[in-house]
Amino acid sequence: MLDDFVTRAILAGLMVAVVAGPLGAFVVWRRMAYFGDTVSHSALLGVALGFLLGLNLNLMVTLICVMVAVLLVFLQRRQELASDTLLGILAHSALSLGMVTVAFVEGLRVDLMAYLFGDILAVTRGDLAAIAIGGLLALVLLVLLWRPLLAITVHEEIARVEGVPVLPVRLGLMLLIAVVIASAMQVVGVLLITALMIIPAATARRFARTPEGMGVLAAGFGVLAVLLGIWGSFSHDTPTGPSIVVAAMLVFVVLHFMPFSRRQRALPPE
Amino acid sequence: MLIEARGLGLVRNGRTILDGVSVSIRRGQIVVVIGPNGAGKTSLLRVLLGLWEPSSGKMHRGRHLRIGYMPQRIQIDPILPLSVRRFLTLRHRASLARLREALERVGVSGLLNAPIQTLSGGEMQRVLLARALLGEPHLLVLDEPAQGVDVAGQGEVFTLIDRLRRDTGCGVLMVSHELHLVMAAADVVVCINQHVCCTGRPEEVSRHPEYQRLFPDAGVHGIGVYTHRHNHVHDLTGEVKPVRTAAENTGDAR
Repeated sequence: MLDDFVTRAILAGLMVAVVAGPLGAFVVWRRMAYFGDTVSHSALLGVALGFLLGLNLNLMVTLICVMVAVLLVFLQRRQELASDTLLGILAHSALSLGMVTVAFVEGLRVDLMAYLFGDILAVTRGDLAAIAIGGLLALVLLVLLWRPLLAITVHEEIARVEGVPVLPVRLGLMLLIAVVIASAMQVVGVLLITALMIIPAATARRFARTPEGMGVLAAGFGVLAVLLGIWGSFSHDTPTGPSIVVAAMLVFVVLHFMPFSRRQRALPPE
Repeated sequence: MLIEARGLGLVRNGRTILDGVSVSIRRGQIVVVIGPNGAGKTSLLRVLLGLWEPSSGKMHRGRHLRIGYMPQRIQIDPILPLSVRRFLTLRHRASLARLREALERVGVSGLLNAPIQTLSGGEMQRVLLARALLGEPHLLVLDEPAQGVDVAGQGEVFTLIDRLRRDTGCGVLMVSHELHLVMAAADVVVCINQHVCCTGRPEEVSRHPEYQRLFPDAGVHGIGVYTHRHNHVHDLTGEVKPVRTAAENTGDAR
């Protein structure tokens, strides 16, 4: 069954969506969309360095993403530059640095488009195994960190006074984001990873009454987007990564603006 | 002794915020920190809570000290679906009965399943207090507990805090710029303006020349003037309840 490249593509997409959804909920709650973008833009640098040093690409991407994430948190804390300025500088520098480094690596002919926008149909059995391991690791970490992470998301200082170990939990979140980026890179590419995290989570908000519910629903909407996107990509011969994001966007638009009056909504729209 | 701090100094971005401040809080004691705007009241709380490292001075906290903290105001983004019930159990799991009891204690029993973002300022204050209580704290730390509550409601808030102190035996440390009501509820008042201007029992502080210089409008009889004499009060649902003022509850304690 795994011989079929479509099956492999679907499996890879589903595994990534299941983790990206609930993690995306945190990205949305903590207003980290641009943070995620910046970190994922640095993934290409990880690819280039992995090639250069002859190391496992997924591992190298994860490592670079964690380093950039920690650097970002450190720089944001110093508050010398506004957050959006800092993110803007780092996001595009990291991406360009990655591309320049790729050009420097002799004999390396990478398909840049595949890294930027994903190449899910080229997923090999080995890639699938790597995504499965990364996904499982991320899922376990997310379950373990869920409660303390939620506590510091709602109010970091109360959580700290109540004894939540804030720094390890935040580092855990960075690691989670990095692992998911490394896995999702092949599915939607470094430019589109954040979309796979925040669009399903944003879609889920309207239907969720608890944080956990929103996480599970986000995973569901992510799965739906992956299936629709791969199907659309096949039937209309469109690039798969962007097709998945378009599918996610369509699901969001339809569900977000669809009027429904069956029961009172918990909250008025923002 | 719950917390004992000696000569705390705090310098942030080259600015001296606290200079040689000493405070101590005992079990069952209500200590109130007052001072003008920018005096460093909230900064002092943050140092005592361990959120900020002091630049100088010594601080001793009781071993395994459990603190319940109620910050000044908190805003939770509507993008996060969160009920009051879930909010109360973010850190400590608790049975439904205990949650109900905690909300009952602070006078907002009907709010258990309300989305946290729909609460009014006063309701949020009480829910924060309930969350602090659920951790069974040795020390309650409250930053402007009566902010955003009208004058009659403020009296009720301080009465509530005083009752909680009696019921649980915890110490209370609070910051306020509301002078009269809060001083009526205090055992010890610490008046600061970067350094400690004066400290002592409320009557002593209100007669102190430093205090009168900082708060010229307070008057010598500050405490007496504002103690409440309503013949009834309204609870959060608007129902009329028999009067229990802060003065009546604390007056004979001193």
